[in-house]
Amino acid sequence: MAVREMIKLTLGPIAYHWSAERRRDFYARIADEAPIDEVYLGEVICSKRAPFFEADLPATLERLERGGKTVILSSLAEVMLKRERKATADLAELASPEIEINNAAGLYARGDRPHRVGPFMNAYNEAAIAWMASRGATHVCLPGELPAPSIDVAAQAARALGLGVEVQVFGRASLAVSARCYHARAHHRTKDNCQFVCEEDPDGMPLRTSDDRPILRVNGIQTQSESYIDLLPEMGRLIADGVTHLRLMPQAVDMVAVAGLYREALDGRQTVAAAEEGLRALCGNVAFSNGFYHGAAGYRRIANAVPA
Amino acid sequence: MSLAELICPAGTPAALRTAVDAGADAVYCGFQDATNARNFPGLNFTPEELAEAVAYAHAKGAKVLLALNTYPPAGKVDLWRQAADTGARLGVDAFIVADMGVADYIARTHPGIRLHLSVQAAASSPEAIRYYCENFGVKRVVLPRILTIPEIRQIRKEIPCEIETFIFGNHGLMVEGRCSLTNYLTGQSTNMDGVCSPASDVEYARHADGSMSSQLAGFTIDCFGAEEKAGYPTICKGRYTAPHRPKGYYAFEEPISLNLSQLLPELIDAGVHAFKIEGRQRSKSYVRGVVTAFRKAVDDIRAGRPANMADLVALTEGQKQTQGAFETKKWR
Repeated sequence: MAVREMIKLTLGPIAYHWSAERRRDFYARIADEAPIDEVYLGEVICSKRAPFFEADLPATLERLERGGKTVILSSLAEVMLKRERKATADLAELASPEIEINNAAGLYARGDRPHRVGPFMNAYNEAAIAWMASRGATHVCLPGELPAPSIDVAAQAARALGLGVEVQVFGRASLAVSARCYHARAHHRTKDNCQFVCEEDPDGMPLRTSDDRPILRVNGIQTQSESYIDLLPEMGRLIADGVTHLRLMPQAVDMVAVAGLYREALDGRQTVAAAEEGLRALCGNVAFSNGFYHGAAGYRRIANAVPA
Repeated sequence: MSLAELICPAGTPAALRTAVDAGADAVYCGFQDATNARNFPGLNFTPEELAEAVAYAHAKGAKVLLALNTYPPAGKVDLWRQAADTGARLGVDAFIVADMGVADYIARTHPGIRLHLSVQAAASSPEAIRYYCENFGVKRVVLPRILTIPEIRQIRKEIPCEIETFIFGNHGLMVEGRCSLTNYLTGQSTNMDGVCSPASDVEYARHADGSMSSQLAGFTIDCFGAEEKAGYPTICKGRYTAPHRPKGYYAFEEPISLNLSQLLPELIDAGVHAFKIEGRQRSKSYVRGVVTAFRKAVDDIRAGRPANMADLVALTEGQKQTQGAFETKKWR
């Protein structure tokens, strides 16, 4: 258990356009109640949303740190417009807190100063990780579609270089980003004229096939999985393979309770089966998946042969 | 004025010869494995075929660009390194890369050979492009299909390398190199396996009312009336329903292809060095038609003559066309 207690549970950046009030309440609870070690803050998906809650960031950061959490600021995944370039460059100038970079424009601005590499940065392999480490990366979040054997090799290589290694274990997977806003498109608008309609869907806008099968979720310019990734049963193997940080992505469910279940399973205070049952009860009808991890179609749920 | 090179698809040795004969300044191709983003059955080159192709192209003054533009999953990096070594030995003129590990390896091991940054690297700002130029000596960036012409013109002023843009063919909707839609439904990855909506997972189902649905890995991607021509089930060109769109709509984009022929003069004026025609999966006759027409158009524009684009419109086989993001921000 000693190794498991070293494992950090992290909370990824909120992918959706939650209101400033909702964010304040959310992070207040996380700060006070959630057994989470590290929290990533900031807008990663759409630069238009940032002004709604930017002013709250210092207070949120302070609140989380007071709650004993390490805070990391995440950068935009897509950088194209002037305001996006500026936001990325400004973030790269911060001496503290730590930053997580999600676009090569951020790597350029950061130079050799220490930083974390985010999941949009495509650190697929040991060669890319070694390169990034040589330029100041201290930590890498692996791409969500990487299968177990590659996670093993990547994690070992990163650990040997002294890097932290992170894998998403809960929440919808990011499947694509685009220059076009699909939330705006669904409402016959364009990105420049979106009127922030994405705010209506705090857990993403569901897309269904013509024969009424749930398939994807739209979150502004991002396309996500319909299913929630759930690697709770796979945590033992992830840790054995060298992963040091397990990321929970904020969904519109009780994230404090979700974090509690992962932590209890990690610490051996609950069996994986019991924690899984708890998770199922928290997440309503949402499908769980682990296909990417097992090298299968991402939406699939592969029965876990080896209990953790 | 820029050179306005024409970069043409070569899915097979025969297509390569066809493109070169039709006036390609350069052809791009890949090996028969996951090292390139068009890893489709029946496409691409063996090392022997590539050797012959390089000889053929060079004899006619055309360059050969080798696409190594996928992301090696950890544990499999050697396949990409070997492909680079083979390409170097066979005398290719440039490598098209996306992964930083692959770029770093080539920059160190084959410093004499040009590196082009693939669209799969998704470098869409001057800073991102400069990152690759300064760290790996990248000589040309293939821009994502998400920028307007004024934006391209501005980027041109702020980067130390050449610009290549797509002008014709498939119209990618998502940021390339950041899309795992195919892997989500099929278990095959665009980034790691070079596969997008693979034919092996495609099925068409005919229904009692005469309608037809196109499916990918069992998911219905689109539905067509008895009179309609059924399209290929590409996930980002599918028809879905959403709470505000109960009747179904093309949530991302209609089945449509990119045709920037009308914008060619403007793009040349904006300083674009090279124009890429998509379609390594297309037939020899398609390649001949498109390359011939674009060759003439580029030559006309460069000579100050009015260019006739009618031939290019005919090539789209009745498919809908778009100028995508290039014409206006409203596309977004």
